[in-house]
Amino acid sequence: MTDAVLEVRGLCKYFEVPRSSGGGRVHAVDGVDLTIGPGEVVGLVGESGSGKSTVAKCIVRLLEPTEGTVRLHGHDVTHLKERRLRPLRRQVHMVFQDPYSSLNPRMQISDVVAEPVRMHGIARGRRARHLVGEMLERVGLPPEMHSRYPHELSGGQRQRVGLARSLVLGPSLLIADEPVSALDVSVQASIINLLLDLQRDMGFSCLFVAHDLATVEFLCNRVAVMYLGRIVEEASREELFKNPRHPYTQSLLSAVPLPDPVLQRGRRRVLLEGDIPSPVNPPSGCRFHTRCPVAELPLCADADPQLVDHRRDRHVTACHLVRGDGQAPDVTRGADPVVHHKA
Amino acid sequence: MNNALHPPARPQVARLEVEDLHVRFDTDEGSVLAVNGVSFALQAGEVLALVGESGCGKSMTAMAVLGLLPPTATPSGSIRLEGRDISGLSQRELRAIRGRDISMIFQEPMTSLNPVFTVGHQIGEVLRRHEGLGRKEARARSIELLDLVRIPSARTRVDEYPHQMSGGMRQRVMIAMAVACNPKVLLADEPTTALDVTIQAQILDIMRDLRQELGTSIVMITHDLGVVADIADRVVVMYAGHVAETGTVDAVFANPQHPYTLGLLGSVPRPDLVLADVQDRLAEIPGVVPTLRQPATECVFAPRCPRADKTCLVRMPELTETAPGQRAACVHPGPAEAEQREAVRV
Repeated sequence: MTDAVLEVRGLCKYFEVPRSSGGGRVHAVDGVDLTIGPGEVVGLVGESGSGKSTVAKCIVRLLEPTEGTVRLHGHDVTHLKERRLRPLRRQVHMVFQDPYSSLNPRMQISDVVAEPVRMHGIARGRRARHLVGEMLERVGLPPEMHSRYPHELSGGQRQRVGLARSLVLGPSLLIADEPVSALDVSVQASIINLLLDLQRDMGFSCLFVAHDLATVEFLCNRVAVMYLGRIVEEASREELFKNPRHPYTQSLLSAVPLPDPVLQRGRRRVLLEGDIPSPVNPPSGCRFHTRCPVAELPLCADADPQLVDHRRDRHVTACHLVRGDGQAPDVTRGADPVVHHKA
Repeated sequence: MNNALHPPARPQVARLEVEDLHVRFDTDEGSVLAVNGVSFALQAGEVLALVGESGCGKSMTAMAVLGLLPPTATPSGSIRLEGRDISGLSQRELRAIRGRDISMIFQEPMTSLNPVFTVGHQIGEVLRRHEGLGRKEARARSIELLDLVRIPSARTRVDEYPHQMSGGMRQRVMIAMAVACNPKVLLADEPTTALDVTIQAQILDIMRDLRQELGTSIVMITHDLGVVADIADRVVVMYAGHVAETGTVDAVFANPQHPYTLGLLGSVPRPDLVLADVQDRLAEIPGVVPTLRQPATECVFAPRCPRADKTCLVRMPELTETAPGQRAACVHPGPAEAEQREAVRV
């Protein structure tokens, strides 16, 4: 895949813990490969502490990767100096989770969106104002709102400004880090619809980082599941949600409550024991073996499973228990359905 | 009270009965009507969900029940705990009830635990205060409670401080504290919102057990319709401090009648429908939740409602029965215009 928009290989990001706090090294991201093709929307899901946001920040170099390479349209950007990186910044933009803290409170929203246009010397004066006005309308903000300040807007409107700022230069890649999780459900719906429309119209690729599996399923073409700094499974949306192979993916999917009492109460559900372990001392072998309902010891505690494309259909899984033909253990087999006692 | 949400008549007195609850806030910019005539009854061992988006008054309803409203708030209406009206009690009288007969768990377990005491001390405090247990007995009972909420190695964990625990662990400690005296009613305000889904599943399971083993009645405040579908028996959908719709969870999810309920249900991605390529767009509810400063003289949802016409502007509609056990405050109740969903599910 040479025409990939983004190619991440062996990405690692470690944080040193100060000795005063016990010392050690946080393995936030530990060997992540990720490829995003043109126009592809890839979801990166995982629980808190899985390293998904760190991956996003390393891609845009808000964090310096410890190891590995990040290529953008084939250019290695991992160690480019800021000055050489700047022209490439046109191609990648980021939308943040919190629409309250990611907009400068002293700038009118038209100025917020005009800033990248100015910084990259794309346009000035009337042409710049036209470009900005058009983009703001595209995200659903009518002209009378363009001179407002962020504090005058609702959370959903602010997130629209964030999207306009990220997309005004027509980037080829949008990194969206939990863009809707701070919003109310009905507002989430409008932002997700908007993102879907913009992506269809403008054709950018997108890395959508989220913990909400239902949203990822709704929005993404491909999905990668992270656990403790590693991708444990990656597949097309249909494959991942219909035939999850990794025990972690299966458990995660079964933990999401469906908004339908009949379906939800008839489901078999696996309850994972305990919490996600500390990334300072990740478990040996398969990192999920301490919580895995079907782990086989000592195999899973000793050997570190690699991502394997068992059936050569771009459905990769890092689990010893997935057989050569892609047959995976079913962690929900034998699990109890959600018992619901009537009052 | 003709709009009270009494379930079918039962012989016993309801565990908790809230009737015509109003909460008004007096602010510098005038008064804000946060809760406007909310009524519901909770039976023994029942789980009732209060759902709605931010600002719909669901948390304020819980705070009013506990007598924990800020001084700027003026509540009215009646709150009866097993038949006894507790709405007029003094703080001193309320302190004897809170934690013993009725208790609460909050969304953010870090800020609701005291960082300078061990969790054992904090659970024990409830027991020493309400049940007069000694230090030793309280400690032993705290360990049992930590076991009950499935904290591994409770014997050593009991001496830890909140910061030594993960979010899921702290929320379990909160639950252990809340159920220490085996309360009749547990109010849970978004107890799993700050947690990961696998931890949320554990917490919901613990709450399911509590209601089964201890017969605790639970008021679950949440915005997550998945959580409602998972754990609740009945649901109260709130909008702008009013009850928009109420009924059994099965009825309200299968046959939503109020356009707001329909909007809420359509705005979340449904894994089953997405994969079947049925849901290619989420339902949007245009506009924003209003802040009420005057009692509503028209349907509060009318400005955002696709069904609104001039009959909606006459007055705020009262809850009326649309099916046995289901009520909606709407002039034009009924299922969604395009009922593609049902057709596909069969």
